[in-house]
Amino acid sequence: MKASNHLWRDRLLERMPPQWAKEADIYENEIALRKQGKIDEKVFAETRLRRGSYGQRYDNGQRHDGRASRKLEYPSGSLTKGPSTLWDAPGMQRIKIPFGGLNAEQLETMAELAEEYSDGIAHVTTRQDFQLHFVHIEDVPSLQRRLAAVNITTREACGNTVRNVTACPYAGICRDQTFDVTPYAKATAYFLLGHPDTQNFGRKFKIAFSGCRDNACALTRIHDIGLIAVTREIDGRMRRGFEMYVGGGLGTVPYQAKLFEEFVPEEELLPLCQAICRVFARLGEKKNRNTARLKFLVVKLGMDELKRLVMEERAILPHDERWTDYLQDVERYDDKPVKPPSLLQITPAAPEGFMAWRQTNVYAQRQSGYATVTVALPLGDITATQLRKLADLGRKYGNGTFRSTVEQNIILRWVSEADLPALFAELKEAGLDEGGAGTIVDISACPGTDTCKLGISSSRGLAGELRTRLSEQSAAMDEAVRNLHIKISGCFNSCGQHHIADLGFYGVSRHKNGYTVPHFQVVLGGQWTENAGSYGLAIGAVPSKRIPEAVNRITGRYLAERQKGESFQAFVRRIGKGECRKMLDDLTAVPQHDAEPSFYVDWADAREYTIGDMGTGECAGEVVSPIEFALAACEREVFEAQLLLDRGDAETAARQAYQSMQKSAMALLEWKNIPVPHTADGVVEQFRAHFYDTQLFFDPFTGGKFAHYYFAAHQHAGDRHDAETAHRLIEEAQLFIEACHSCYGRVIAQPATV
Amino acid sequence: MTPQMMDQAVNVQHLNVKIFAREPAAVDLGDAIPVFHRWIQEGAGEELLIDVADYRHVPAGPGVLLVGHEANYSLDVSFRKLGLLYNRKAAHEGSTQDKLLEAFYSALEACRRLEQEPEFRGKLLFNAGDCEVIVNDRLLVPNTDSTWQALQPAFASFCDGLYGRGGYTLDRLGEPRERFRLGIRTARPIEARVLLEALDGV
Repeated sequence: MKASNHLWRDRLLERMPPQWAKEADIYENEIALRKQGKIDEKVFAETRLRRGSYGQRYDNGQRHDGRASRKLEYPSGSLTKGPSTLWDAPGMQRIKIPFGGLNAEQLETMAELAEEYSDGIAHVTTRQDFQLHFVHIEDVPSLQRRLAAVNITTREACGNTVRNVTACPYAGICRDQTFDVTPYAKATAYFLLGHPDTQNFGRKFKIAFSGCRDNACALTRIHDIGLIAVTREIDGRMRRGFEMYVGGGLGTVPYQAKLFEEFVPEEELLPLCQAICRVFARLGEKKNRNTARLKFLVVKLGMDELKRLVMEERAILPHDERWTDYLQDVERYDDKPVKPPSLLQITPAAPEGFMAWRQTNVYAQRQSGYATVTVALPLGDITATQLRKLADLGRKYGNGTFRSTVEQNIILRWVSEADLPALFAELKEAGLDEGGAGTIVDISACPGTDTCKLGISSSRGLAGELRTRLSEQSAAMDEAVRNLHIKISGCFNSCGQHHIADLGFYGVSRHKNGYTVPHFQVVLGGQWTENAGSYGLAIGAVPSKRIPEAVNRITGRYLAERQKGESFQAFVRRIGKGECRKMLDDLTAVPQHDAEPSFYVDWADAREYTIGDMGTGECAGEVVSPIEFALAACEREVFEAQLLLDRGDAETAARQAYQSMQKSAMALLEWKNIPVPHTADGVVEQFRAHFYDTQLFFDPFTGGKFAHYYFAAHQHAGDRHDAETAHRLIEEAQLFIEACHSCYGRVIAQPATV
Repeated sequence: MTPQMMDQAVNVQHLNVKIFAREPAAVDLGDAIPVFHRWIQEGAGEELLIDVADYRHVPAGPGVLLVGHEANYSLDVSFRKLGLLYNRKAAHEGSTQDKLLEAFYSALEACRRLEQEPEFRGKLLFNAGDCEVIVNDRLLVPNTDSTWQALQPAFASFCDGLYGRGGYTLDRLGEPRERFRLGIRTARPIEARVLLEALDGV
C-alpha cells in the first residue's frame, strides 16, 4: 500500500465536496476498525461493496498454479475484509460515472489512479463505470479523495444499491433522439445517491435512460427502471416525459422490462423513481438474494398490483424540492462546441487507415458540421498515458467532455468535421486508432476468470483471441457479418450481456476424458437493437478452443444462406436452432488430453484448467461415466424444448424443460447410488435430502440457487405457460443442468493443497 | 543543503525500474505468459507472486504482467518500447541509495532470469545501459523542478557507483502530468548479468 496515504486528506480537504470528504473519512475509520477486529467481517464486506471495493479472484488465499492449489501467504495473515476474503489480497475498485459523462481533468485523475494504485490500466465497464484492478483496500480512501477532488464518487458503485445510472452516450447529439436525456439521468443519479429510501434493498437496482426507442445505446429493456424520452402535447403545449419500463434484468435468467407507464411527465420522474424504490425496499425479497431483484417482485405481484402499490406510495411521499429544482437547469442545459462547425475535406493526404476508421468510428451529429468519434478500447482497457492523451485531444478537438459507453468504449463529441483527419493521426500516434467500433470486432467481455471470483471460463481471453482473428478478416468481411455483435460472459451471470448479442457466449465447464475442460455455451438470437429488444437462448456448449471455429461456421453459413436483407436473428429463426446446433455438433468433441493438451488450458493462460481452483480431477483415463451421458441427454432435452418454443408450442416446451431438470436430478441420484423414486415428488424429495440439505449441490458463490429453479418448476409443474414464461423456464432448466455438471465436477475433483 | 539533507527531504517510495530490450522485434509477448506462471509455480525469489495478467491487446500498454504483493513485474511495451518493468508496491526503508539498489537488483535479476528462460533464450536480451526510473507516488515525489534539484545528487551518486562517473547520461523525462521519470543511458550496451555483478560493488 502507498506510503503517502496519510497525506492526501489534508492536501485535498479544500477541494473535496464536504459530504464526499466525510465519506472517505468514514471509510478510512471503518478500515482501521476492521483491522482491529472491531467490525464484523460481514458488515465490513457490505460497507466496502457500497464504496465500490470488490473482491477479486484468489482473494480467499488459494490459487491453483497449474500443478496444485497453493496458499497465498499474505503479510496480514488471516485478517479478512469479508468472509473468505483476505485483507492483503488485491481487489477491484469500481468508480461510478453517472451517464458515462467525464471531463478532461477527470480522465487525467483516472490516469494517475491507474498508475499509482492499480496496474496502469483503467477498464471501462458495460455500465459506463470505470474499474481499477489489483488495488489494496488500504489505498482506497486516498483514491476516493483524489476522485472526490474532481467530483467523482465511488459510493454505491456495488452492493445492494442503485448502481450507476446509465444513459445513451449520444444524448444531445443523436440524430434520432426525442430530447437530450443527460440532465435527467444526472438528476436521477444524484437524487438517489445515498437517499434513505435506497439503503435497504435486498439486491442491486439499475436505471437507464434512452433518447429513443429503436437504438441500443442505453439498453433500457434490461434494467430495473428503463426510461425512454417521449413528448406529448398537453393543453396545447409540448411536454417532455418518459415512457417507463420496470422489472428488466439479465442475470442468470433474463427478464424484459415491462411497460409501467406510457408517459411520466418530467416533474414526476424523480418522485416516481423514489416511490418504486420504496416499494422495492419494503416488499422485495431480502433473505434469498437469488430472487431479490425487482424483476422477481414484478412477477410475484404482477404489473398492475405493483403499479397500484407504487402510485399509493407516490401519493403519500413527503414533498421534496429536489424533484423539480433541477428542471430549471434542464432549460439551461446545453452541451456546446468550442470550435466552429466545418465540413470534412477528404484529400489524398488523409492519414493511412482514416477512411476505414471513419466508416465505423465516426458519427455525424444532429448538429451539422460536427462529428462524434468513438475511441474503441480493446476489451474496454486504456492505459494511463492514453487517458492523458485523450484528455488533451478532447480539449483540442472537442469540448473537453467525454462519454463512456456500454460497449466499453469512450466517445469524444463535438469534433468539427474538418479536424477528423488530424484527430485520427493523433489517436493513431497514441495507439487509440482501433477501427471497427460497433462491429463484430468490438467485442464486449466481462472480466471472467482474469479477475472475477465467479468466472468459469476466460471471457477476456476468448474475446482477445476472437478480436485478433476477426480483425485480420475485417477488411474483406461482408457488411452483414461485420455488423454483428459478439458479447462474452465468463459465467452464467451475464455481466458480459451475452443474452443480447447476435453471438453470445457464456463460460461453463465440462468433465471430459477425466479432466475438466473449459467450454462456452453458444447463445444465438439475442437482439441488440430496440434497446435490447429480445434475448437469445443457448444452443449448446462448445470447448473454448473451438469457439473461433464455431464463429466462423455460424457467420459463414449466415453469409452463404441469408436472404436479401435478412437479419441475423431472422436467419437463426428461419433455419431453426436445431440446424444451428447441428452445425456445431462435431465441434463439441474434445480430443484426448495427450493428443491435444491445449484444449485443457484456457485462452491466455498456461495452467491446466480447473474449476473453483480446486485442482485437476484425479480420474485421468477413466471411461465416460453414466452421469455424463445422462446429463448430455438432459441438455439435448432442454434444447429440444427451445425448438418447441420456436415452433410456438410454449406448453410442451415448458413441460420438456421441467422434465429435463427432473432427469438431471435423477442422474445425480443414480450417480451417488441413491434409489431413484418413481414419482416426481419422490425425486424432488430425494434430491433435496441428498444434494440440497447436505449442500453437496451448493457452489461457493451461488449456493443452492439453481436447485431452487428445480423446486419452483416442480411446484408449478401444472401451471399454464406462455412464450415468456416458457423461455424463462428453459433458461432455468439449462442453468440447473449446468449446476448438475458443476456439482459432479466438484465432487470428483480432489482438492490438492500443498 | 547537502545531498544527504536533500535526499532526506524527499521520501522516495514505490520505485519503478524499466530496463529496455535490445531487439524487441524478436520477442513474442505471449511467451511471457507460461514463463510468469512458472515463476509462480516455482516460487521464484522470496516475494509473494499472485497471478498473471495479459494486456497484449492494449497498444503501448503493460504487455504481460506478473502481479505480486510487494512488486509487479511486466514485459512492458509502454511508449512502444519493450522492456522489463519492475514496479515496487510495498514501501521501502532506508536511504534513496538503498531503495535504488534494491529496485535495480530486483529488476536486473528478473531480466537475467527472463533471458535464460527457454521461451526467450537467444531472443530476449536486455540492455542494462538503457533504462528508466520512475517514482510512482505523485504526492511524495511530485514531478517538479525542485524534486529534480533535490534528487539529482542522490540519483547521480547511485549511477556513478553503478556505471562509473561520466559513463552515462541522466535525464529528466516526460511532461509535468507524468510521474517523476528519469532516463539513464550508457554509450554502449551492458548485459543485465554484468550490471547485476556490478551492483555488489555499489
